[in-house]
Amino acid sequence: MVEATKPGEKAGRFPVRAGTLAVLGALGALAVYPFFGTTYMIGVLTEIMILAIFALSLGFLMGYPKLISLGHAAFFGGGAYAAGIVAVRLEAANLFLTLVCALVFATLLAVLIGVLSLRNTGIYFLMITLALAQLVYVVAEQWTWLTGGTDGLVGIPYPELFGFFSFDRFSFYYLVLLLAGGAYFLLRLVTRSPFGHVLLGIGSNERRMRAIGYGTRVYKLAAFVLSGAVAGVAGALWAHYNGIVAPVDVNWPLSATALIMVIVGGAGTLVGPMLGAAVVWFLDTGLSSYTERSTMIMGAVFILFVFFARGGIAGIARSLWERFYARTGT
Amino acid sequence: MISFEALLTHLLNGLAYGLLLFLLAAGLSLIFGMMDVINLSHGSFFMIGGFIGIGLVGVLESFWLALLATVLIVALLGLVVEVALLRPLYYRSHLDQILLTFGLALILEDGAEWIWGTRIQSLRVPEALTGSVEIFGAVVPVYRLAVLAAGVLLGAALWYVLERTRLGSIIRAGVADREMTAALGFNIPVIFAGVFVFGVALAAFAGFMAAPILGVYPGLDFQVLILALIIVVIGGLGSLTGAFWVSLLIGVTQSFGQAYFPAAAAFILYLIMAAVLLLRPEGLFKRRYA
Repeated sequence: MVEATKPGEKAGRFPVRAGTLAVLGALGALAVYPFFGTTYMIGVLTEIMILAIFALSLGFLMGYPKLISLGHAAFFGGGAYAAGIVAVRLEAANLFLTLVCALVFATLLAVLIGVLSLRNTGIYFLMITLALAQLVYVVAEQWTWLTGGTDGLVGIPYPELFGFFSFDRFSFYYLVLLLAGGAYFLLRLVTRSPFGHVLLGIGSNERRMRAIGYGTRVYKLAAFVLSGAVAGVAGALWAHYNGIVAPVDVNWPLSATALIMVIVGGAGTLVGPMLGAAVVWFLDTGLSSYTERSTMIMGAVFILFVFFARGGIAGIARSLWERFYARTGT
Repeated sequence: MISFEALLTHLLNGLAYGLLLFLLAAGLSLIFGMMDVINLSHGSFFMIGGFIGIGLVGVLESFWLALLATVLIVALLGLVVEVALLRPLYYRSHLDQILLTFGLALILEDGAEWIWGTRIQSLRVPEALTGSVEIFGAVVPVYRLAVLAAGVLLGAALWYVLERTRLGSIIRAGVADREMTAALGFNIPVIFAGVFVFGVALAAFAGFMAAPILGVYPGLDFQVLILALIIVVIGGLGSLTGAFWVSLLIGVTQSFGQAYFPAAAAFILYLIMAAVLLLRPEGLFKRRYA
């Protein structure tokens, strides 16, 4: 498994720096793209960036404290529903209101699910997060007067700012770009902080961390809640972008898709999952206009990565870099 | 007013449903106990059992022959999966194997949709088991009783084999301590393959028997997988006794729930689970086979 920061290990430092450069380059390219791109592609990129925030939140959880959640759609969908309900039922599409409501709701949900599921570890944790997330799904599907039931909540507008600015497709793209970059740098800061090092320690040997004296459960809960909150913000953006929130946004296939994004992109890095989001989008939504068997292709690609490239795209990039570095060598 | 007869009907229907779930959860639990792998494609084998069964009943024109053939075919598929896909990952983290079964589940679901389409298909109950009988005034379809009987018999046989035979004690030993069992000279890869194939065959059997009741469609796989996961979480992972009682409880709860409080039926299930997790995170029953 690839780890993001290994202080003192020489070969490991270069790819990290390269990763940062790649991120800055990508952000720059994304920032100028709308001036050349088609409306369709701007929409596609908006969608991918929202999913990238979602994948990033799960990647953080899977890469550092190594918690494998199969119920992450609960926070994404929870945030989407919170934003949608504020925008439609309260008719207040103010950006700060919807984002804050989504953030608060996803945070509370993550505290609740985290407290319940973190009592167990490993496979149990995976199964319990899945089952609890399905509970959220059932609520979303059954509480019809609030959530619109199986039809979903329709007519969610793009957000606005206190009546003097309304987002459109173009400015919304930049909003998403800003938040995607913000989420990346926030989590980067977190993973490089002492707190992040404790999380990494928990991920590699929780028992030892406990023996040193860390209350690992509190740390894991904090990471889980942070991850849930970021996913909730992504969900709110998703609701505004699509104009609709439906039970499918809380259902487990979405959690599974996020998991695939992280594995394909590379757990243990922050850039990897975001790249994974783009790849999986092309395999899933992109290919679906050419073939009906996109799920099968996605499953096969996923299995290939599990078999041959467990470090994901980021892992492949890293080993290529290291090979190159060794050849030009010091 | 809810009549006693209606209650009895729902109870028997729920028990039959619960026993089908038990066959599924038992395989899941056994495979986990042995290999430490949660087989996320377990529901897929259940669904495929139903699909192949429907096809074979048409070809062979015999319910029983088709049942036998279905279980054999799916067991063979399970063997291929174990040897070709899971075995190369034995020495990696269990997570890799779980991820693999998950990828497999995606492929199998899409493959089923490709071959059989998205339409719900149903299986006709064989001539001998059509109609219904009256028990204390309650009308119960004969087929449900047959499912009940088959479930009880298989469950009892499973218990007997695991608890009272030499094979069973080898399996229990493997569950308790894999390295030690291997050191004693037992061939672990063969036992692993055997348990995996047996678990998958149980799932296919349950899927076939469930086809006349639930119908078969892509999506059924994950629906029953999640039920089976909930059962083993509540019952305690690796505990067959736990899986048995919880399956019955869930079958009956679902049956009554859908009849009397359709909106709450799904809730009740998850609420039970949340309560169990809060009070007894390790599940209701102590782990016996692990």
